[in-house]
Amino acid sequence: MSTPAGMGPSGWRGARRLAGVRRAFAPVAEARGLTRSMLWLGCAITLVFVAIALFAPVVAPYDFDTFEADGSRFAQLEAPSWDHPMGTNVQSTDVLSRIIWGTRTELKVVLVSLLFSISIGVPLGLLSGYFGGKLDRLLVLFMDALFVFPFLLLAIVIAFLLADRVGQGILTAAIAITAVYIPLYFRVVRNHTISIREEPFVEAARALGARPFTIIRKYVFFNVVQNVPPLATLNAADAILTLAALGFLGYGIQPTQGAEWGYDVNRAVSDAASGIWWTGLFPGLAIVLLVVGLTLVGEGLSETMNPVLRKRPTGTVDFSSDSGSEAAGS
Amino acid sequence: MQRKPELAGGHASPSAHDSALVSIRGLKTYYSIRGSFAQRLIGREAGHVKAVDDVSLDLGRGEVLGLVGESGSGKTTLGRTLLGLVPATEGSVVFDGREIVGLRDRDLRELRRKMQVVFQDPHASLNPAMTIEQSVGHPLEIHKIGTSDERRRRVAETLDTVGLSPPEQFMVKYPSDLSGGQKQRAVIARAIILNPVLLVADEPVSMLDMSVRAKILELMLELKREFDLTYLYITHDLATAKFFCDRIAIMYLGRIVEIGPSRAIYENPRHPYTKALLRAIPEPDPRRKVPRDLPRGEVPDAARPPLGCSFHPRCGQAFEVCGWETRDLRDLLEQRWAHQVEEQYEAERALFDDISVLDSSAVHARLRTGRGVPGAALAGLLGSIRDENPSEPFWTGVEQVATETDAVDIRWREPLSPRATGVGDVQVECHLYDDAALEEAARRREEGSPHTTVGGTGTPTRQGAPEGSA
Repeated sequence: MSTPAGMGPSGWRGARRLAGVRRAFAPVAEARGLTRSMLWLGCAITLVFVAIALFAPVVAPYDFDTFEADGSRFAQLEAPSWDHPMGTNVQSTDVLSRIIWGTRTELKVVLVSLLFSISIGVPLGLLSGYFGGKLDRLLVLFMDALFVFPFLLLAIVIAFLLADRVGQGILTAAIAITAVYIPLYFRVVRNHTISIREEPFVEAARALGARPFTIIRKYVFFNVVQNVPPLATLNAADAILTLAALGFLGYGIQPTQGAEWGYDVNRAVSDAASGIWWTGLFPGLAIVLLVVGLTLVGEGLSETMNPVLRKRPTGTVDFSSDSGSEAAGS
Repeated sequence: MQRKPELAGGHASPSAHDSALVSIRGLKTYYSIRGSFAQRLIGREAGHVKAVDDVSLDLGRGEVLGLVGESGSGKTTLGRTLLGLVPATEGSVVFDGREIVGLRDRDLRELRRKMQVVFQDPHASLNPAMTIEQSVGHPLEIHKIGTSDERRRRVAETLDTVGLSPPEQFMVKYPSDLSGGQKQRAVIARAIILNPVLLVADEPVSMLDMSVRAKILELMLELKREFDLTYLYITHDLATAKFFCDRIAIMYLGRIVEIGPSRAIYENPRHPYTKALLRAIPEPDPRRKVPRDLPRGEVPDAARPPLGCSFHPRCGQAFEVCGWETRDLRDLLEQRWAHQVEEQYEAERALFDDISVLDSSAVHARLRTGRGVPGAALAGLLGSIRDENPSEPFWTGVEQVATETDAVDIRWREPLSPRATGVGDVQVECHLYDDAALEEAARRREEGSPHTTVGGTGTPTRQGAPEGSA
């Protein structure tokens, strides 16, 4: 990790930053046992979904709203077959294709909402925690007020309000979910900032003459931000459920805008009674699998990155296999 | 009641005054106490702690001043106020010709190049997310000094100066990779990289291993010579202060009770508190018996300091004017009861109705007797307590004990606040050295009621007046 002293400033800076990231995630590489398998399994599941989303045009047999091929309309509610491995639904669209395109929708919405909620929640938490006072009181009051709402209701209200202006697309769904999660990031970051603010190294930075924003950026942020990846991953899992719930209730993404699992599950409700299982089971499974995958990653991260939960790996030293001539005992 | 010291300079020694780098006058730093939840709801403050209470001192250029006191004496707060890290409540701090109290943050930041601080805990003083190079070099970045290559060179030089060599090896490390002593060296490097003139060292070695302490102190002395630094060395450890300091100030409950050259303080301590602190230094020779009449009790609550002289409840030499009051009687009774068998305690306790009236700080208290107990019985108990230990200085402060049918009315003498008095080349804040206070005590003793003159503490006289050593 050491860099030659003669290196130029830009190269030096880049290497330094990389070293910092590597250092922050070092515990992940050290994870052992159950935590390690959780992380691996979760990553594998999540990566499969990410790959599906990225290569949706290649992987999916049809478009998400295709109901005919070669001029002939697909049969409605056709059982799984070679042509339609997961069958077709009441609108004659291919279930597998809808799931694959749906993966893209879900991940897009989650990514955008995470980006929004982190980039709003974290800075607000930092400011509120560091400066305290009236600003803090006001923000805490506001965020707590948001917290009090049942999260789904809040998402519905916002989706409803935005539907007229933005339309019921990915952006609307993402903003609705963002509003739900901002208070979470705010809370976590603010509380952690308050405890970091009292650390001697922050007072030392003040004594050095650093401006408040420099202190927040260089001294507080890096010590607080470690909480965010585990939280974000867990939130992503939660956000998928929220999006699916929105779709199920009809406040999510419109069927014309893209495939969405929650909407599909909703449409499949009436099918289940007549023994048509494939329209509901596969989207439902997709939701469960992705949520489980993200949760495993999130739990694994929080267990490895949180120093309180983290167990240091301790190995046993085997002296007998030591080739050395020195005996361990005397 | 509060009399001003004769010297405007208070503790200032005249020679230091001319070239003073820092001069502090009448500095007060109060912290407001967060009250209970209910109190906060209705927005009431629960009072304040007088962490620094009317301190005046001068710090000459190139001087090492030791600030010694127990935890809670306000020594750290004084250091922080001096650096502008904690806002002063009142008074003035002039650093290098500029008033610091009330200065805006922006102007203060400019001044911070010249004054730096080393904190007690090296493990918490460095940002765990920064490498040593980043930490030590950050002051340069903050004050926009040099290019990044120059900064890097400067960091390497400074690390070398504080004994972290080869610097290249340490620059890429994180604080968690270093030992306590190495971290403190890095902290010192960060403090001196801006070439400050004043370094406030807040117990810089008390968290370090014994073997490392001496090395760090030696390093600090070296740096002082090399960079012509002025130190304010804050410590609870008189032993290292003796090794390190030119002058020593002893703090107790936010006040400087004695200040003077180290040698004078060690060889001839004046204030009873200083004497006690010196007696508390462990003796390396276990066979040598030192008289260990250490001060009794604990440091009082700084939110409600004792009346008069703050040290009087723990002082063996306190007398009439030192500020005896209700709470001292309560301590006396509790002390007595703590050593009694249960039946005896029950019997004596039954004479009182409610002793919580003694909790508030006052020079007058009306103690109601228990149910059906005549006032005379209670007065009798108080009398017998006094007769058991007539040398207890508490009784000198009692002016009048009036017996009523169902109560005893106790009145203490009006307390005097001690003021700084020059004795030899030290300044002491103690009534024992203040002629006016001694006269006042003598006058009161003469006109005191016969009831209270039973105790025989002897008559305190001005101490240490003939001065031989300097």
